[in-house]
Amino acid sequence: MDFELMINSFPKLLNATLITLKLLSVSLILGLFIGLGFAILRMNNNNLINKFAYGYSYIFRGTPLLVQIFIIYFGLGQIEYLRTTFLWAVLKEPYWCAIIAFSLNTGAYTSEILRSAFQTIKPGYLEAGRSLGIPSKIIFTKIQIPIAIKQSLPAYGNEIILMLKGTSLASTVTLMDLTGVAKYIISTTFKPVEVFIVAGGIYLFMTFIIHNVIKYLEKKYGFQT
Amino acid sequence: MELLYFGDKGWGDELFFATLMTIAVSITAMIIGFIFAALFTPLKLSNNKFLNSIGNAYTTVIRGVPELLVIYLFFFGGSGAIMFVASIFGYNDYIEINAFLTGSFSIGIISGAYSTEVFRGALQSIDKGQFEAAKVLGFNKYIYFFKIILPQMLRLAIPNLSNVWQITLKDTSLISVTGLVEIMRQSYIAAGSTRDPLFFYSFAAVLYLLLTFLSMQLLNRLEIKYSKGY
Repeated sequence: MDFELMINSFPKLLNATLITLKLLSVSLILGLFIGLGFAILRMNNNNLINKFAYGYSYIFRGTPLLVQIFIIYFGLGQIEYLRTTFLWAVLKEPYWCAIIAFSLNTGAYTSEILRSAFQTIKPGYLEAGRSLGIPSKIIFTKIQIPIAIKQSLPAYGNEIILMLKGTSLASTVTLMDLTGVAKYIISTTFKPVEVFIVAGGIYLFMTFIIHNVIKYLEKKYGFQT
Repeated sequence: MELLYFGDKGWGDELFFATLMTIAVSITAMIIGFIFAALFTPLKLSNNKFLNSIGNAYTTVIRGVPELLVIYLFFFGGSGAIMFVASIFGYNDYIEINAFLTGSFSIGIISGAYSTEVFRGALQSIDKGQFEAAKVLGFNKYIYFFKIILPQMLRLAIPNLSNVWQITLKDTSLISVTGLVEIMRQSYIAAGSTRDPLFFYSFAAVLYLLLTFLSMQLLNRLEIKYSKGY
């Protein structure tokens, strides 16, 4: 055990954790909007829209995240037309490519979580709302969405942890996130165990925090149906 | 389309063998995962606090740390660890473990953590009366476990195991970083030499979709078979 290396690499890894957290938070926020949008499309009665939303989530859940990042980072740059548009400013940055891939990926999972949450809302609540003469838009925003959020909290907590682990793939497109820096230190010092303990410890600490925050929220907004 | 021709002209045969490699790694990893699950599930259910904490540590650490980090640990540390063990026995030459074994082993450890959770959940949701009845009837240990508990556990575990299979299958794409030529690595090579990454990575996505789709069909059939009688 090389404790000196462990102590020396700790600040470097902690610094890289900031990038991991940035990637995680931005893609979770974007993914939540994408997921909500597709969950609403999934519940549409139009068969075509419904199928489209299903196809989106099927494709993104059925392929590895690594493939998705590679298609966006290496693949899209190949389309000549894209290079001439303003999109190129975004797509040439590995940071934004990673964020796009992560958001689309977590959006697919989130849409499934939200859809099942919406579908398990007891019809009695909606009927009660309707019979009180509340407009359907307000039923959606004030009754359906809050209930769905409460019901999807445990599953969404899992998704946040999966996404935290997913951000490690950013290191494959040259981003120096926690895993990227860990790999760099491993390949220069050839001390994989020490670096793994430190980097893994940081990841475990983050998972621990997320787990407990979600548990606290579940208790606070706990909803018995 | 000629990029996919078999033979020297295209990448069809290479991608075909890469797909077989992905399947082989996934199955090997899944089996290694089962071995780990068989070892750690009893620990997680044990009443002994020490054994229990070992089981919990395994599932918590593996499920809380990115897969890529675990793979790097075994990729860079694997041969070192084996060489260290070998040096105890007096063998001092350089040992290189092949990428297939490192890959399947690291993915296997990850999939094992998920399988452990699945088996634990399944065992815990079997009715207590079944354990008691089997004991009261005086069955020996073999019949007790293999004929009474295991079939009931499998029925409960199969739907979740098919999720674990999906995760494992997708995780194998990560071992392309170690240089094992599976779908992802082959696409990377093909994309590099033809300068057509969009086509090859999209094709890789199609291959993965096909694999997940086909395996789901098979697993659903298995699920129906094992849920017979309920």
